[in-house]
Amino acid sequence: MTTAAIEVRIPTILRPYTKDAKVVSADGADLKSVISDLDRQFPGLAERLLEDGALRRFINIYVNDEDVRFLGGLDAALKSGDSITVLPAVAGG
Amino acid sequence: MSLTISRAMVDQILEQSRAEYPDEACGVILGPLGADTPKRLKPMINAAHSPTFYEFDPKDLLALYREVDDRDEEIVVIYHSHTETEAYPSRTDIAYAGEPGAHYVLVSTREEIAPATEFRSYRIIDGVVTEEPVTIQD
Repeated sequence: MTTAAIEVRIPTILRPYTKDAKVVSADGADLKSVISDLDRQFPGLAERLLEDGALRRFINIYVNDEDVRFLGGLDAALKSGDSITVLPAVAGG
Repeated sequence: MSLTISRAMVDQILEQSRAEYPDEACGVILGPLGADTPKRLKPMINAAHSPTFYEFDPKDLLALYREVDDRDEEIVVIYHSHTETEAYPSRTDIAYAGEPGAHYVLVSTREEIAPATEFRSYRIIDGVVTEEPVTIQD
């Protein structure tokens, strides 16, 4: 188990992966490694966030309330104490 | 499984849908956490500005969830309008439905049934659509 330094808020639809935990902890220097760490702890979670190695279009990830797409996406640098929020888009046709 | 909603909220959603035609209109109704009761209607901007697609702006989406958390509320209803088709979830509606606890309300303002409208409610869980009865209270 790595040092749990970054708080990750999990949306309802993904809580079956986290045994219903709303907030979990993960470690990593960038978003990509945090997602890897999450997937290690909660197998299958990465697949719900990534598609062909990129962030899914209809999943929003925020770092300290900023859309991670504006922070470098998967390469967004993270540090201890950062807070990540995952929210599925509300969208449709 | 059913949705009970006030006439005033139904009217407000239909009014918004007509006002934003030909784009799809969208929004949520919030209520006290765990009560499954729609109390506070909050129209949202359709960031897609499209007659065939709707999407909450990611910034608005985060603000909405923060607000809901701060007020000990939940998203009871997620609604949007169909402008040319019936009030039934489209393939994209089903693919992107991300709130298993919400009532997905669809309204249709399509011309062929005007001035009548449709107002229907569904659960969309793991790709499965289940329509539910709607009770409108005067």
